[in-house]
Order: sequence, then C-alpha cells, then structure tokens
Amino acid sequence: MSAFLSQLARNRWILPALVVIGFAIAILAHYQPIFSGYTQIILITIGINIILCVSLNLVNGYMGEFSVGHAGFMSLGAYTSAVFTTKWLPDIPMLFPVAVIFGGVMAAIIGFLLALLSFKTRGDYLAIITLAFLMIVKSSWENISYVGGPAGLLGVDKYTTLPWTFFWVVVTMFVIRNLVYSKFGRAIIAIREDEIAANAMGVRVREAKILAFVVSSFFGGVAGALYSHLNFINPKYFDIMKSTEILVMVYLGGISSLGGSILGAVVFTFLFYQLENLGLGYWRMVILSSLLILLMLFRPRGIMGMKELAWFLPKLELKERRQS
Amino acid sequence: MLDDVLYLAQQTINALQQGSIYALIALGYTMVYGVLTMINFAHGDLFMLGAFACMLLAGVLTPVLVVFPPLLSFIVILLLVMIIIGVLGASIERVAYRPLRNAPRVSAIITALGCGLLIQSLTLVIFPYSKSMPSLFTNTTFQLFKMPNPDAEGASVTLTITALQIVIICVSLILMVALDFLIRKTRYGMAMRAISFDSRTVPLMGIPVDRIISMTFLIGAGLGGAAGMLYALAYPVIAPSMGILVGWKAFIAAVVGGIGNIRGAVLGGFILGAVEVLAVVVFDSSYRDLISYSLLLLILIFKPYGLLGQAPNQKV
Amino acid sequence: MSALLEIDNVTKRFGGLCAISNCHVRVESGHTHGIIGPNGAGKTTLFNLITGIYKPTEGDIRFRSESIAGLRPGRIALKGIGRTFQNIRLLNNQSVLDNVRIAYDSQLHYSPVEAMLRLPRLGRDEKQSIGESLELLKPFGLADHAHGLASELPYGSQRKLEIARALALKPDLLLLDEPAAGMNTGETADLTEFLRWVKEHFKVTLVLIEHHMHLVMNLCDRITVLDFGQPIADGTPEEIRANPRVIAAYLGGTGDED
Repeated sequence: MSAFLSQLARNRWILPALVVIGFAIAILAHYQPIFSGYTQIILITIGINIILCVSLNLVNGYMGEFSVGHAGFMSLGAYTSAVFTTKWLPDIPMLFPVAVIFGGVMAAIIGFLLALLSFKTRGDYLAIITLAFLMIVKSSWENISYVGGPAGLLGVDKYTTLPWTFFWVVVTMFVIRNLVYSKFGRAIIAIREDEIAANAMGVRVREAKILAFVVSSFFGGVAGALYSHLNFINPKYFDIMKSTEILVMVYLGGISSLGGSILGAVVFTFLFYQLENLGLGYWRMVILSSLLILLMLFRPRGIMGMKELAWFLPKLELKERRQS
Repeated sequence: MLDDVLYLAQQTINALQQGSIYALIALGYTMVYGVLTMINFAHGDLFMLGAFACMLLAGVLTPVLVVFPPLLSFIVILLLVMIIIGVLGASIERVAYRPLRNAPRVSAIITALGCGLLIQSLTLVIFPYSKSMPSLFTNTTFQLFKMPNPDAEGASVTLTITALQIVIICVSLILMVALDFLIRKTRYGMAMRAISFDSRTVPLMGIPVDRIISMTFLIGAGLGGAAGMLYALAYPVIAPSMGILVGWKAFIAAVVGGIGNIRGAVLGGFILGAVEVLAVVVFDSSYRDLISYSLLLLILIFKPYGLLGQAPNQKV
Repeated sequence: MSALLEIDNVTKRFGGLCAISNCHVRVESGHTHGIIGPNGAGKTTLFNLITGIYKPTEGDIRFRSESIAGLRPGRIALKGIGRTFQNIRLLNNQSVLDNVRIAYDSQLHYSPVEAMLRLPRLGRDEKQSIGESLELLKPFGLADHAHGLASELPYGSQRKLEIARALALKPDLLLLDEPAAGMNTGETADLTEFLRWVKEHFKVTLVLIEHHMHLVMNLCDRITVLDFGQPIADGTPEEIRANPRVIAAYLGGTGDED
C-alpha cells in the first residue's frame, strides 16, 4: 500500500489533473445545482482560507516571522476592491478579476512598507509592529465614511463564485510554490534559519524580505477581495480575532509546508462550520482553542510539520532525493 | 486662560487614571517576557477575568461585607481577585507553557494564544451578555479647586477628582512601588533578574528556576487581575471581549516602553494613557484608537526596542 | 602592487570598551595571512569588521583599493569575501546541498517574476545550481551526504561544509575563523594540506584566525599578532617566532606547542 502511495506521490501528472478536474467541477457547479448554496459558500470559504493561509505561511512559516497583521491586508484588499466595483466602475462583472488584482496591489503596497520596517526589526518586535498596523488599518476604515465607517460597506455585488475562487486558489498556489522552490525561497528560508549566516553567504536579505512581504500581502488582499464580494464587510470583521484564525490555520497545518497550509485551512474551516451546525454556537471557540492547545503540546510544528507534499516538490529536487 | 490650564489639569488626572491601569497590565506582560522571553497572549484575558471575578465576588460577598467599611471590603475583594487571578496565571504556566519550554518558540506563543482564546470563549459561554459592575463604595467627587468663570456670570470652573480616581491611582502606585521593591531588594527579585539575563546557567547556581517563573506568573497575573478590577470599577459595563480591546493596547504600551523592562512598562502605560486622553481632547473621539496606535507605531519605528529597551546582543 | 585587503588604522569601540585600536594589516593577493593572538585579542572582531557586521569607529578597510568600511555584510560578501564562523553557523534544518546552493545562488540571475512563472531560465539555472553545488561538495567528501541535514554531520565535516559554502560564492578572499578548532594533531595536519589545495584550486587568498601553531607556521606567508586589540607584530613566520614581544604575550615558550 505504501509503495502505491509513494508511486502516486511521484507522479507528476496528478496535480495538474486534479486542477483540471477541480476546475471542471467548479464550473459545472456554477451552472448546475450539484452543490447546495450552503455547500458552495463553504467551499468558497475554504478556498479563501487556503489563499490566506498559504500567503501568511510565506512570512510566518518560511521566513520565520510572527506577523499578526494578515487580517489587515485582507481588509485592504476587501475594501479597495469593493470600492472599485461599487463606486468607481459599477455593474461591470467582467472587471471582477481586475478589481481583485487591484485589491491585491493595494495590500501589496502596504506590505512593501511593512517590509521596509522589517529591515531593522525582527522577531517579537516586528510582531508588535504588525499588530499596531492591523489596529491602525481597522481604525482607519471606521473613520472613513466613504467606505461606510463602522457600519460597513453596503451594496457590494456578489461576484465571487466557485470557479473564480478555484482560479485564484490555483494562481496563489502556483506562484507561491514556484517562489519557494527558487533561489528567492531559499533566501527566505536562510533568513529564518540564521540571518547573519545568510548575509555572509551573499543572500540579498533586503530583496528577499520585500519579496516575501509583498507577495504575502498581495494574496492576502486577493483573499480579501474575494471575501468582500461574497459577504457583507465591516471593519470589525478584520480584527485581531480574524488574524488569529489565520494564524491558527497556518500553525495547525504546518509551518513552511504548502500542503500543510491547505490541510490547515480545510480542517479549520470544516471544524468551524461543522461545530456551528452541531448547534454548539458559543462552545465552538472553546473546542477549537482547546484543540489548538493540545495540538501545540503534542505536535508543535503542526500536523504536517515542515514536510512538504511530494506533488509540490519540483522535479529536479525529487530526482536528486531519489538518487541519494 | 486659567480655565484652559484647569481643563488640562483635569485631563491629566484622567490620563493618570487610564495610565495607571494600562501600566499594571503592561507590567504583567513585561515580567513574563523578562523571564521567559515569551509574549503571554493570555494575559489580556486574565485582565478581563479580574473584572469578572470582582463582579462575582462583590455579588457573593456583599451580604457579608456590608457590615464593614467600604474601604475594607474594597481591599478584601482586591486581594482576593489578585490571588485568584494570580493562581490562575501560574496554573496556565504550569500546564500549558512549561512543557513547551524547549519546543520552538512559536509553539509556546500559539499555545498562549490558544489559552487566551479558551479563557475568552469559556467566559462568553457563561456570560453571553455584558454585565454591569456593582459599585463598591460611594464615588464622591472632591473639588480640588474652584474659581469664578471669567466668561460666564455666576458660573465657576472647577478641578475635581473622584474617589474612584484617587483609589485607582493610589492602588496602582502602591502596587508598582511594591513590585519595584520586590524586584530590587529581595532575593526573589534578584533571581528573576538573573533568569532574564541568562536562563541556562542560573539553575546551575542552585536557583529554583521553575519556582521563580511560577512566582513571576503569579505576580504578573495578579497585577493584571487588579487592573481588571479597577477598570471595571471605572467603566462598569464589562464583557468578555474586554481582554482583546484593552489587553492588546497595554501590550503595545509595554513594548513601547521596552519589553522586559519594568520601568519601561510603567512608562509605556502612562504614555498610552496620556495619548488616549489627549487624542480625545484634540480630535474627535472616534479617532482615539487610530491616533494612539499610530503614535505607538511611530515610536516603535524610531526606537524598535522600545524607549527603555535594548537591542538583544548577538555574539557573532 | 596594492594589497587585496588593507586594514588602515582601524579602531573599534563598543561604548567604553576599545576592542581594536590602530590596527594595520596588509593582505597581498595570493598569500595566506594568519591572524593570531590570545583569546579576546580582537581577532574575530576584526573579521566582523571586514565582513561588515560592525562598522569601524575610526579608520578604513579597503578591498581591491575600494573602501568597504560600513557597507552591509551582504554587499561585502557579494564583492568577493567569503567567511566561516568561530561557532559554526550552518543552516541546521536545511540539507548539506542546500547550504551550498544558497551561497551559490549569488551566481544565478533570474528575476522574481521568472521564478514565480517558472519560465525556462529558472529550470536551467536551478539545474546548474544543483550540478555545480554537488561538484563543489565532492572534494570535501560531502557529496554522499548531500541530502542529509547539515546538523547531522560530524563536527569536522560541518567545518568543511562551512568552507565549501563560502567557496560557492566564488570569492577572491576567504576568511577562516579557527578552521582547526577541536581537531587533533592528525586532523590538523590533514587540514593544513587541504587548505593548501583549496588555495591552489580555487585561487583564493586566505586569511586565517588560528590557535594551532603548527598550522599557522606551516601554512602562512605572513602573520599578524594581536594582543588586547592592538597589533604587536607583523611579519613572516620566522620573524614572528623570534619576536620577543610575541613570545612574551602569547607563545610563552619555544613556539612549537600545539
């Protein structure tokens, strides 16, 4: 059985095949009611959470920082893309992908600023800065009446569909996975392991930090853009609790494991909705936080730890490992 | 002109009140960070529990305490709250943090996050709605200064301070002075400082590291609980989400002062109190959080290790 | 011919402590230059100054006649100065091969966009990276362990990996901080020959900090002696051996203690 599984793991065609099949199902589901509306929303939410989780993993997992501000990037993407489709160029569904990219870019600009701050500050101190940034972004939305202030933004069209979500999930995985298995990914990992040694090895540390933050925040913004065209948004949603949820998904699945991030997002979202369905309401967070504590006590690096799913490993690396 | 000065003086008193509470919470964060280099994310929720504990104790003990003078019952409840929350804080350390002392740092932080979430969600289950605090003593207002208002006939400008404000500021000062004494003049304090310098060789010198760490959590949590009680007396509507709102702000204040530095925590707390009060004076109250956080962020950009903090030294 | 590396009247103060004062060193291209001195004399601090971890309080450091004082460590490394560390700084959770590849990455030039879209140049460069890095590991005897974790290597091999990693930068100048630390006489003799080979094969100029006198005396063309942060002697091994100040401060005897 395990021989079959490892054979399966090495097959380079499975991942592309899954992508095509997934796309087909998503498009079909959009036109035929093969999933209930509720199921569709859950699947879309899983997709959004995967994007959030994988993008945060880049900074928190691969680069070893502790950013608690990811909800802030999500909110930047959510609000800016919503303003784009609601106030600037309303009623043009074809422009939705442009709006999503716009949201990502807006988030990435702020991510760039955060990267600059990370040059002088690391570790816990950078964590505080991301916390302050999150609070500032949230407070800002509450004070800007153009986006509805504390009451939130009304009238955003529900453009997010299963096919679009699937599309963006695939794009996110593709880009981040490629980045990780390139010299830039290695640089990011080197920074985590030993920044001083990395410098001595000629790693372009500043470049790598900028790349990590910008790409991470871009996709955080993309997730936010997808979210704002799915559900009603208000500033209170994008607070420290939301950031905490994303953190939980990352550390649940496995730091610096892309497969782990997908797993973490799926498991968390599933539990989140399932516990609510079981009528547990307020007990939901009690159970989830208890599970989190237990997980950290027994598997501190997450379910998948730092091991990667073989389908994500590039061909060259896989070949090298097999030969050794 | 004089009424402006009085107004500022009044706001200063308010800032002292706010700052005292923030300083007490910040101290808890900083003490734990000093000995374990760990951000105790559950601390804000311990602050919240202090408020709820006070409310419950006040409710339960009122029939008993009504015979005593209000000040005495206040002190009794304060001590009880501090002990209960302190023991709770030390227990969390024992159960959830100690096993992870050798695990990657991030795991301990996430566990702390989980503990905080657990506390908050459990409290939410038990108290789904906000509760109001009973007052423990009559909050008389004292007039410190009075003079006729030059702009309005017959009216006067006053500088007042309430009994509550006096209590909050005094209690906080007493606790901070006691802590300072503990840190600087007792063997426990010396051990605590030793551990924050080098936690690996300290046990080799016969210092019971585990016990010192437990005591640190006990005291830190106790201070947080006291802050919760004082906050609840000042703002009598309490809710389980208090921990996040107030706790995180105090945490940033601790870092601005210099995390790990006791004096820094106090400084940071008072800076935050002053900024919050002044922000409302100058701007609209809805901008209060925005300005507080922006200012804190600005300080951190220029002094990343806090005002009194020091960059960690790395031997290369 | 001007020196490859010139340390020109450098002083480094940390608050009240003066770690290095008025230090002059000239390293000629193609030489092996030794830096010796009692513990705490400032030798590693000197390396940290050269590689940009510290900035000199006074004085200048020139590499190929270009001032590098105050530049960031990454920039200095890319200019062609590689180093190893006194307390080995390998990327412990990464494989032996990856440790070398990360240093070799400075030779690859694809852009982030090419990486993210997985354009053909990425594949070619990555293949080159793996191939060249493995080649580099071979003479160090580490090619068989390429996929094991760096932390799993025995101590001596870890030191060799650090050297291999520094060489992946294709440096002109290689700074070795106590490469023979923890080695016995036999291992030290092997290392001496190995370093001679490295110098020939990779055409690098070596600067060594060392306490093993055999290695220093046999390998180095010139030696600078530091004591309490100041250079007290500078010359050929013969001159240093005979220098009374050096003997008084450091060697203490006949000069061939281990």
